[in-house]
Amino acid sequence: MSTHSPNLLSRLSLALASFFSILSRPGFAADVERLRREGWPAPAAPVAAAPVVAPVAPVSPVAPVAPVAAPPAPVPQPQLAPETAALQLLGLLQREARFIDFVQEDVQAYGDAEIGAAARVVHEGCRKVLREHFTFEPVRAEAEGSRLTLQPGFDAAAVRVTGHVVGQPPFTGTLGHRGWRATETHLPKLGQGHDASVLAQAEVEL
Amino acid sequence: MNQTPNQNPAADQPAAQPRYSLGIDLGTTHCALSWVDTEASDGEKVVQGVLPIPQLTGPGSVEDKPLLPSFLYLPHESELAPGDLGLPWAAGQAYAVGEFARTRGAATPIRLVASAKSWLCHPGVDRRGTILPAEAPAEVERVSPLEASVRYLSHLKAAWNQAHPEAPFEQQQVTVTIPASFDPVARELTAEAAQAAGFQPLTLLEEPQAALYSWIQQSAGGWRQSVRRGDLILVVDVGGGTTDLSLIAVLERDGELELHRVAVGEHILLGGDNMDLALAYGVTAKLAQQGSRLDAWQTRALAHACRGAKEALLNDATLESVPVVVPSRGSKLIGGSIRTEVTRAELSKLLLEGFFPPAQASDQPVSRARAGLTQLGLPYAQDAAVTRHLAAFLSRQLGATESLEGFGVPQPAAATFLHPTAVLFNGGVLKSGLIAERLLETLNGWLVADGAPPARLLPGADLDLAVARGAAYYGYVRRGRGVRIRGGTAQSYYVGVESSMPAIPGFEPPLQALCLAPFGMEEGTEAPLPEQQFGLVVGEPVRFRFFGSSVRRQDPVGALLDFWSPDELQELQEIEVSLPAEGRAAGEVVAVRLQARVTETGTIELEALPVGGHERWKVELDVRAEALAQVPA
Repeated sequence: MSTHSPNLLSRLSLALASFFSILSRPGFAADVERLRREGWPAPAAPVAAAPVVAPVAPVSPVAPVAPVAAPPAPVPQPQLAPETAALQLLGLLQREARFIDFVQEDVQAYGDAEIGAAARVVHEGCRKVLREHFTFEPVRAEAEGSRLTLQPGFDAAAVRVTGHVVGQPPFTGTLGHRGWRATETHLPKLGQGHDASVLAQAEVEL
Repeated sequence: MNQTPNQNPAADQPAAQPRYSLGIDLGTTHCALSWVDTEASDGEKVVQGVLPIPQLTGPGSVEDKPLLPSFLYLPHESELAPGDLGLPWAAGQAYAVGEFARTRGAATPIRLVASAKSWLCHPGVDRRGTILPAEAPAEVERVSPLEASVRYLSHLKAAWNQAHPEAPFEQQQVTVTIPASFDPVARELTAEAAQAAGFQPLTLLEEPQAALYSWIQQSAGGWRQSVRRGDLILVVDVGGGTTDLSLIAVLERDGELELHRVAVGEHILLGGDNMDLALAYGVTAKLAQQGSRLDAWQTRALAHACRGAKEALLNDATLESVPVVVPSRGSKLIGGSIRTEVTRAELSKLLLEGFFPPAQASDQPVSRARAGLTQLGLPYAQDAAVTRHLAAFLSRQLGATESLEGFGVPQPAAATFLHPTAVLFNGGVLKSGLIAERLLETLNGWLVADGAPPARLLPGADLDLAVARGAAYYGYVRRGRGVRIRGGTAQSYYVGVESSMPAIPGFEPPLQALCLAPFGMEEGTEAPLPEQQFGLVVGEPVRFRFFGSSVRRQDPVGALLDFWSPDELQELQEIEVSLPAEGRAAGEVVAVRLQARVTETGTIELEALPVGGHERWKVELDVRAEALAQVPA
């Protein structure tokens, strides 16, 4: 696993796939958590470097979701390919919010009023998907703009320090963004053999 | 179904009480299941929850939702990929129930069964006949209203068993709710559907009572401080498809407060869906004036958007208008969307004035030609004004508390309608503050005009789930752990007797009505045997006219009425007796007497008892509709 270093693109796709797997598969999440806590069996060094790397990863704010509040009764589930959860989420966003239609359309030709009208459909639908399938909480409970102190050993995956990053914690700074953490996810269970890559069916009126 | 004792666990485990009391709201548009863990509950501290119901939300995609939409979709064999209808407990099911059925069926209504509950209480159709979807072409395999209900109930049962393998559904105590206004046949059919779905034993509970039970449970004992002897609680339940009214009196006996359901309203097929539809029609008309014509797909999308706009406007009195966007059907979202708005004025005109207009206490619902709101087949209420239905109900029930022992507060002599002192709202429509306020204001206007103090509003709970929660709680109090609402049957029942007088050409022989079941018969009781005998011909089915009254509270069994006003007795479906020819010669005439009883489940049964014999023959309440039409008048 550590024999070669994947390039940025593969790392990004790995990060995304891991993100969705962590959200949808409590077992996988527990493994990741164990991995983060206990490190790789052989070389210890790369793990020590992890906090430095973590902040740049775009998914870091939600990474430590692992201990999904109370793991629901483990229902035996067919193992899904890692990208299935991502496709499922896209499918939900398209169904409820016409997300793909909206983003795939060229907005240059339209006025703000027309785009605004369509944005209402997208916004309302996206909200519904988020509300029904995820539970969020801010990573930090403090008000944005307030001063706070990060103790040594703070969770570098959940807090990204920026600017004058020197010396040793405790670090004192201003909270710029509270962060978001998904505390629960409820993606639909897919039937066996269901083709998740069809994000929206073609519609033919008979 | 003989006189079974209250709790009757399976015979092979006599000691075990079911651990859970399950309450099922079998609604016109949604179903829900709530549970009470009786082992963890103690007195008024109740451990209760609502079962998340796994259901298809898209092809091959199963999600948990608190409500199961009461829709059944019968897909074409090539419409879906194999496995797309699979559920965790039924991989090979050929139909869909719930959210996916509703959304899929909206685009293909010829394959969608909706409002099965309204069909189940429609006396004009054969409710065991395969008649739904009503508009389906010949090649769609139709189902009966009964079968559709069985499928919803089976789904709930399977969902429970999946979540609670340790406490099988079949061994729990189950209560299913029905509208208070359900006639004996609709009650029997609901019980039959539940039994076909494997619910055993089973109790039926009226929905407004369930809502009040939920209120009692939420108060955790505090209800005794909120009401007092002499209070009369009006429960107004406006659900997705029906409006249900009940009056519950607070009595005192031996120093304890008692609740007594004294009256229920007529069956009114009018609910939130009618209101959403009315608003969507209004906005469609506005768009048409502006030159935008919507196709069927866009009309449905508009109805969906209007529902959101309605909720926003009804919940926030400061909003003046809410934008509504009808997305294009094709993948060009920005170019093809139609934008309009729903204004407060439109909402008031279409909803408040349309469904909750100011009315006088003396108003009666008006019968007139209907427009816009009807769907083929179902007998929707002709007058959409809930306020007028309420006025008529309270006027008709003026005498409901007259001889109520322990109530102690006579209605004033000058009262023109029965005066409620408290109101409990239930149903999704009344989640809206504006509608609830309008209804309460109207009622209080009548009360003040009659010189009575205004009624107070009992703080409601979760109006979507109160019925299911109340039903589960009812199963718990049936074991003697809380206050029970008494009341028994909400009608007295009569069989038509043609008086034997010489025929006069041109006149129908006068009809008398013989009381078989008095008002307020409790579950598990039997009415006395009336003296009146009927001659039945062996081997030939004989039909009788059958009547119910929601106002004649004093008639004892055997009372023979010569006259009644059309208001007093409502004619129900005919009933039928046939004596099998066993041991008798066909054509022989046997004298029988008719006896009524109310089962533990809560259904009414009539039996024919040959005079001097020991046999009992069941009298059919549910006479096939098409056969009914052939009966000579």
